[in-house]
Amino acid sequence: MQVPFCLLQVPLFPEAASSMARQVDYLYVYLTVVSVVMTALIFAAVFFFAVKYRRRSNDEVPRPIHGSLVLEITWSIIPFIVMLSFFWWGAQIFFANATPPSNAMDVYVVGKQWMWKIQYPQGQREINELHVPLNRPVKLTLASEDVIHSFFIPAFRIKHDVVPGRYDTMWFTATKPGRYHIFCAEYCGTEHSGMIGWVNVMNDTDYENWVAGGGTEGSMADQGQRVFDQFGCSTCHQLDQQGRCPNLRGVYGSHVQLADGRTVLADDSYIRESILNPNAKVVAGYRADVMPTFQGQISEEQLLQVIVYIKSLAPQGAPTAGGPPPAGAAQGTQNPGGRQ
Amino acid sequence: MSTALEQPRVVEAPNYLNNEYGWKSWLLTKDHKRIAVLYIISITVMFFIGGIFASLIRLELLTPEGDLVNSDTYNKFFTMHGIVMVFFFLIPSIPATLGNFFLPMQIGAKDLAFPRINLLSWYIYIAGAAFALAAIVLGGVDTGWTFYTPFSSTYSNTFVITAAVGVFIAGFSSILTGLNFIVTVHKMRAPGMTWGRLPLFVWANYATSLIQVLGTPVVAITLALVGLERAFHIGIFDPAIGGDPILFQHMFWFYSHPAVYIMILPGMGVISELVTCFSRKSVFGYPFVAASSLGIAIIGFLVWGHHMFVTGMSMYASLYFSLLTMLVAVPSAIKVFNWTATMFRGSISYETPMLYAFGFIGLFTIGGLTGLFLATLGVDVHVTDTYFVVAHFHYVMVGGMVLAYMGGMHFWWPKMTGRLYPEGWGRFAALLVFVGFNLTFFPQFITGYLGQPRRYHAYAPEFQVLNVMSTAGASVLAVGYIIPLIYFLWSLKYGPKAGNNPWGAKGLEWETTSPPPTFNFEQTPIVTEDAYAYGSPHENVHEGGLK
Repeated sequence: MQVPFCLLQVPLFPEAASSMARQVDYLYVYLTVVSVVMTALIFAAVFFFAVKYRRRSNDEVPRPIHGSLVLEITWSIIPFIVMLSFFWWGAQIFFANATPPSNAMDVYVVGKQWMWKIQYPQGQREINELHVPLNRPVKLTLASEDVIHSFFIPAFRIKHDVVPGRYDTMWFTATKPGRYHIFCAEYCGTEHSGMIGWVNVMNDTDYENWVAGGGTEGSMADQGQRVFDQFGCSTCHQLDQQGRCPNLRGVYGSHVQLADGRTVLADDSYIRESILNPNAKVVAGYRADVMPTFQGQISEEQLLQVIVYIKSLAPQGAPTAGGPPPAGAAQGTQNPGGRQ
Repeated sequence: MSTALEQPRVVEAPNYLNNEYGWKSWLLTKDHKRIAVLYIISITVMFFIGGIFASLIRLELLTPEGDLVNSDTYNKFFTMHGIVMVFFFLIPSIPATLGNFFLPMQIGAKDLAFPRINLLSWYIYIAGAAFALAAIVLGGVDTGWTFYTPFSSTYSNTFVITAAVGVFIAGFSSILTGLNFIVTVHKMRAPGMTWGRLPLFVWANYATSLIQVLGTPVVAITLALVGLERAFHIGIFDPAIGGDPILFQHMFWFYSHPAVYIMILPGMGVISELVTCFSRKSVFGYPFVAASSLGIAIIGFLVWGHHMFVTGMSMYASLYFSLLTMLVAVPSAIKVFNWTATMFRGSISYETPMLYAFGFIGLFTIGGLTGLFLATLGVDVHVTDTYFVVAHFHYVMVGGMVLAYMGGMHFWWPKMTGRLYPEGWGRFAALLVFVGFNLTFFPQFITGYLGQPRRYHAYAPEFQVLNVMSTAGASVLAVGYIIPLIYFLWSLKYGPKAGNNPWGAKGLEWETTSPPPTFNFEQTPIVTEDAYAYGSPHENVHEGGLK
């Protein structure tokens, strides 16, 4: 009796703790019902034919039946229409998952072999623990220090690869307080199965208490400002006057005119690229080869901090990036970063 | 065509097995049948090596803790299981063995178009397998069979290049076999063997060959680039040196998705043969079954992105790949419906090959339908990279392909060896395989939806009950594989003589002696009827009575 008893305890669904979870479950149930019906029909037909038309004498020669165009068309079209319903419903959920709402709160996740490092705008930093409030959309910005990982929360029915060299985003709204698994779902080496953590969904009071209790290093923007100074960025990217490089006030979210005539949106990815590969997109009016690359010097966490810092720089009337540089700015010959 | 009626002889009739003896006669043979036998031995060895790794994986997963071996060793187990099974068993399995043996015979040819190249294919395969085995013996590989970058190109400290070279080399074997088949089907058909009369096994292998020739170079290039990046730090896939890791996935799946059709299409061809023979009835909807093989081969090249829905690929690309994946399921569904319809008003007998065909139809249906779960974007996000994928893949590859291979081996064993295997043991083993397989892999659909990620050495304790079921099922499955190995070997010496056509099957391969003579037919056959003309007078059911 032991074995059947433990089988009864096996659930068929994981906890459903996000606004998306039940929607995915409903679609999954629909797919399952269709599949069970189809499989049952095929099994029943095979079984029925196998019994009814079993060979009774070795001499029997059944009359040949060569086919039926009507049947072929029927069993091509009908399944395809059913499949289109899968496609349509699945695409709806996928689209809803793709774009985070504009009011989503930011959390930054860095994956590395074999842990999840999580930073909050308020300044807290954690490893393998994610704290989120109930019923508020949360947007995760995902970065990897080494190989591809994948951030997977089964209770939320979401997953996104964490690809080195770029940012990915995912979002969710948690709907049920509790503690749920975080798994790394993309194989990443030795301790892949140990790259796990927990997401803690808290009600508002608990969450406010938690926020108030942490963050001894100042906000993430403060941390970013320290990194900005530490790497000497402020030498050229001056904030109160125009330095040899663009003033960064108000740049985040703006459209930047590039030297080659293109325009780019100054988002996380653009700022990241400009730090790691400064010559890739040079702002109009500025010279290439002034800024050194910081590839290999700045960590993924520091990069995110700097981005949050730059995001926090309001225009305050200062000239924005892309504006005309002061005379002589482009003639800088020194190597401001100290290293090439 | 006419041949001398078989007369009672003391010595066996001259055939491809007894016309020459000694190791040279095998290792230097140009006979497609002997080369097929060389392949059967080779891939059987690889199958059991891959199977040992599978058993070790299942043993480790009996408990949630990673307590049998350490993580690095476990990672090597599943990697070597995948590499050996995919590249050295599944891809060559049916084309290089049963295809090699029967494709020329089914079209009434003496041999393949390029017998020397056929032998070369086998040597290339062996060279590739030697590298793969060397990688195992030297210390293993831990990248997973998918070799994802930048882990494989930069971070792994194992024998990645050795294994990749093995796969690279084996690819050429696959390309040459495909080329050989295509030319053979075009140029070597017997008089009267029109395209519309080709057996469906030939159609399936022809479609497979197209994929092999067009797709395999891409994976060869991809793995070569991984090797270049790993050895010389040329930035192709690793973003730290200017590469793009997702580019690897596009290139890898551009081959490796069609490659799953390389693996399954020949199996579908076998099932078409089995269902018609044991229903003693022409296949229902021949043109649709034949065309669906080509349809799968063509559309199969356009769906690779469905492996990448969570990589951050463009949303619109994801839509396109999802939709086309739904489309590729249509020809597969057509085949299943036509096989089932073939049984309608047939004369059905339950010999071992037919039991495998029943199993295939059921399990492939489940494998195909669960593939639609993965093609459905909203659901894939949750289940990709979990055990759901593992279960789906094994339903198609083991429930489909391996069952078809086993069915085909039982079906053609009397023709290849001239001996019958013990029918009772055959049925028993087929039943064990079916039960063991379902017990192993069905629970994995559930653990997958619950969220157990694949490639996990240790897992959350709540998944244990289902994992214990899987491991128990794997033990049954292992017995189901070992029994046929034993009775096949036994039958070589002790099996009753099979006669030319023990099943009363149609098809040119059944009109010659068992085992066939070196050049297959005494005279070039002349084909006067469609494939599977079971309704016509059945003169060829009598042993030795050739038309």
